[in-house]
Amino acid sequence: MADRKTLQAVMISGHTNPSPGFAMQRDLEVCKLVDTTTCIGCKACEVACVEWNDMPFTPTTFDNTYQTMPQTTAHFWNLIKFNEHQNPDGTIQWLMRKDQCMHCADPGCLAACPADGAIVKYANGIVDFNQENCIGCEFCVSGCPFDIPRFNPATKRVYKCTLCSDRVGEGLEPACIKACPTGCLKFGSKDDMKFIAEERAKQLRDNFGWQNAGVYDPQSVGGTHVIYVLHDATDPERYGSLPKNPQIPWSYTWWKWLAKPVFGTFALLGGLGILIHHVINGPRLPQPEPPKKDGTNVSF
Amino acid sequence: MSASSGAIERFDDKARQTFESAGRTTVYRGELVRHPVYTRALHWTVALFFFLALFSGFGIYLPWLFRWFTPIFGGGQLSRIMHPYFGVGFVFFFALQVLNWLQPMLWAPGDTRWMLNIKAIASGQEKVDPPETGFFNAGQKVMFWEIVAGCIVYIITGTILWAGAKTFGGIAVAVSYVLHDISALIMLGGIFIHIYQSTFGEPGTFQAMVRGAVSEAWAWTFHPAWYKQVTGRDPVQACEEARRAMLSNERR
Repeated sequence: MADRKTLQAVMISGHTNPSPGFAMQRDLEVCKLVDTTTCIGCKACEVACVEWNDMPFTPTTFDNTYQTMPQTTAHFWNLIKFNEHQNPDGTIQWLMRKDQCMHCADPGCLAACPADGAIVKYANGIVDFNQENCIGCEFCVSGCPFDIPRFNPATKRVYKCTLCSDRVGEGLEPACIKACPTGCLKFGSKDDMKFIAEERAKQLRDNFGWQNAGVYDPQSVGGTHVIYVLHDATDPERYGSLPKNPQIPWSYTWWKWLAKPVFGTFALLGGLGILIHHVINGPRLPQPEPPKKDGTNVSF
Repeated sequence: MSASSGAIERFDDKARQTFESAGRTTVYRGELVRHPVYTRALHWTVALFFFLALFSGFGIYLPWLFRWFTPIFGGGQLSRIMHPYFGVGFVFFFALQVLNWLQPMLWAPGDTRWMLNIKAIASGQEKVDPPETGFFNAGQKVMFWEIVAGCIVYIITGTILWAGAKTFGGIAVAVSYVLHDISALIMLGGIFIHIYQSTFGEPGTFQAMVRGAVSEAWAWTFHPAWYKQVTGRDPVQACEEARRAMLSNERR
């Protein structure tokens, strides 16, 4: 991207009009927009995800809902969560939310990960796992506020949605977007998706009577690269474990990046302290010590 | 008390006898038996598992500083897989050591006085330990009970970290992560002191854990009450006699 920008012509000799691409903006950050108000629960995105990523069959259980399985697995990264929410006036809302990795700007999984290069965040905002570097410690599972990373006991590695980084890198949209029949899923730059989402939320507020309609883009993790339009943005929990204020545990923030190196250095300085102690005080010898050359310790 | 402690005593005695027939403790004239074969075998097994767990944990603790430790264990994946087993080995063999050492490690009134006087002892102002210092001094007892506490922390937090967030929940893992670290940091600091005191700090100590025997001079200097218990002689008097003998040797 950057090299293309450096080769962009900004002045052209003997050319009357502004150069082509003048004032054009190139937005690096990508974003997936999920409009929960137009999702019909067809699960085409689930199938597309399984197909594109060449996942093996995942056994599931039936729990009296339309949901394919209770939660995402190491081989099933994209799951429509069906939730029945009862409003105060007694009416029922049948909510469908596409659950997958949120690709946080400030990823808790990455902060928690101790393995070099196992989790990367690209400039376009995609957070990706490199399983060849994963050591299978599962710290990322506890670092993620959205409960997304899934451990595969067979391979001892952790897996999750890649936002189809392999497709996006080639200029294609993620597989789930391509499969969506209602246009409830959109993919583009973060700014564009944010704009469309806000427009849609305004439409829901003004024309459809959803006074609390809004966009879910939690700033507590620096914003996400998957954003939702919700009927009621004040209560995202009703969509099934979508936290209102997602937080990265403090063990992976200040403890890991400040206290750990500081205390670790102190512990290692203990080794230096012992050397200093030895140099200053010398050893404690079994008594009686042999008389010193100058005879100073001949008697107490 | 008697029934269970009796069983522990029988177990310890049996283990000591078995190891004594397998190994050997040579005691020369002027020496005392300090640690029997069983104690030494346990100590070095605990030490082996401690360092395996420590070094395999380093790469996970601070990868940007210690990632060169992981290749020793065959890479990050193997480090992570083996670290809990090393830890279990450490806790298991230390538990045997606890049974072996429970009696001499119990806190005595003299230990509190030793602790209050630690500055004079550590700086070498006190040439010999206080007369009530027994088989272990208060510093050794603090180290021992710290490791007991540390092992309890390791078992609880280690189990949670081993099984992971899917079993115990993200909060439990996040808290265990910090407690596991703190316990390891305390032990890392402790091991420096332990190694130093037993080698350069107080010469004559290391052979107690290798050969199993120490000189009588070492015993009356660092563990006077123990010296009195095993020889029946007064440690201060014995030290003075040795000094006089040394000086008369000198004059001759």
